[in-house]
Amino acid sequence: MRMKRVAAVAMMASLALSAAACGKEGEPTPSAGGNASGAAQGDTCKSSGATFTPKTDAAVAGSPAFEKIKAAGKVSVGVKFDQPNLGYKDAQGKRCGFDIEIAQYVASTLGVDPTKIEYKEIASANRETAIKGGEVDYYVGTYSITDKRKNDISFAGPYFIAGQDLLVRKDETSITGKDTIKGKKVCSATGSTPIQKVRDEGLTEANNIVEFKTYSECVSQLLDKKVDAVTTDDAILKGYAAQNPDELKVVGQPFSTEKYGIGLPKDDKALRDYVNDQIEAAFTNGTWQKIYDGTLGKSGSAGTPPKLERY
Amino acid sequence: MGAFFRVLTDNGQLFVDGFTNTVKLFLIAAVGSLVLGTLLGAMRVSPVPALRAFGATYVNLVRNTPLTLVFAFLVFAVPKLDVNIDYFPSAAIALTVYTSAFVCEVIRSGVNTVAAGQAEAARALGMTFGQVLTLIVLPQALRAMVPPMMSVYIAMLKNTTIAAGFSVLEAGAIPAYMAERGEPQFAVLLWITIGFLILILPLVALQRFLERKWRVAR
Repeated sequence: MRMKRVAAVAMMASLALSAAACGKEGEPTPSAGGNASGAAQGDTCKSSGATFTPKTDAAVAGSPAFEKIKAAGKVSVGVKFDQPNLGYKDAQGKRCGFDIEIAQYVASTLGVDPTKIEYKEIASANRETAIKGGEVDYYVGTYSITDKRKNDISFAGPYFIAGQDLLVRKDETSITGKDTIKGKKVCSATGSTPIQKVRDEGLTEANNIVEFKTYSECVSQLLDKKVDAVTTDDAILKGYAAQNPDELKVVGQPFSTEKYGIGLPKDDKALRDYVNDQIEAAFTNGTWQKIYDGTLGKSGSAGTPPKLERY
Repeated sequence: MGAFFRVLTDNGQLFVDGFTNTVKLFLIAAVGSLVLGTLLGAMRVSPVPALRAFGATYVNLVRNTPLTLVFAFLVFAVPKLDVNIDYFPSAAIALTVYTSAFVCEVIRSGVNTVAAGQAEAARALGMTFGQVLTLIVLPQALRAMVPPMMSVYIAMLKNTTIAAGFSVLEAGAIPAYMAERGEPQFAVLLWITIGFLILILPLVALQRFLERKWRVAR
């Protein structure tokens, strides 16, 4: 009996010890993956400084979505949360970035105070469903305008034109564009369109293709010199470069065209025309530039407003 | 139904590549963890206290750590120490290190099924620890170990899918590719399940065969 108790105590002690040890070993890893680019500089949200005063006389004739927003006094907006300086949520739960501020600007033009926005983090694969089902009033988050998607929803914009580009370490000189990555290790999200393009076009060898679930994990590998470049839309890459401008840069030779639009309910033409007008106004009155310079512009690459497409 | 087969025929190469890597990863880690796990198991039943303590520490540490963290440690933490291991070897090491702890415990419990008198009699004949283990205890323990050992390996085969998150293109990475190509996810996941069934059934057959072969009246 006595021996049994001693054994039980010893067992519990060893379990507790090993649990503590495993905690110690495990802890640094997620942060190494998640916040590769330095928790110190990047993890606190800073706004670009642009202010959005809600329009008091906002009116969109014949738009059921606008009536709904007006009646509720708030909007629910679909966003991303894991793209620094684009669609990001920091450790304190504050949101910031280019797409977030575009979403806030649109809300203000609809007469809703940006503090009344109800953000919803919708995964890329579920965006059309969320808009069709009325779960969100509109969606702003690296949403490329494509003909296939136009069958389900409608787009205002583009408010930004992105293209597939390369993120490299600041001291990198041998990578200058898509034709210079042969023999280099290139990283992107598992199975994503950009990495499939690299594979299909043979831009680098199959064994030099590196894939992780998130771009932050790729950026971590880039900083650790285990890969030579990270590829996806330049908007996303600029966000990471802006987080870590001393160590990273975007090559700046985009090799595809992605037009980012604001996803809206399909048959609400009145709302689409209204939002298009408001984006146009932001292009001309400097609001767009101010948002860009305070977010993605911190990467060191300049940006200009795109041309609106009214289809 | 046609669409269901089209998913496989249109993307055949990806399925072949993915499952080839899964099998490779499984075979390497299976052999590695059998060797390392047997060594650890021997340590845990050995008469030397230091070896027993080492075995127990290893098993408690590794078995209590989620496999994803073992992977993450090798892929994200080890490079910070300026050690560069490629992604596929990293995955093989992670799986081997992790599965070894479970193999070790299967061996230890198998050894425990052998009556203490057997080992005592062998020692009385003047056998060394190595001889007692390899000639008397392990051969008898083996047949008790077959079913739990197969469970460990079937679990390990499925655990290979975690490598998809750490840059190894294996079966677990296929759904992400298919989602991006707009293929119906239901059909994709069903094909992957069928693929794993095809891989696991031989293991089950092997288990049956070994159980029959080593059956003795007790």
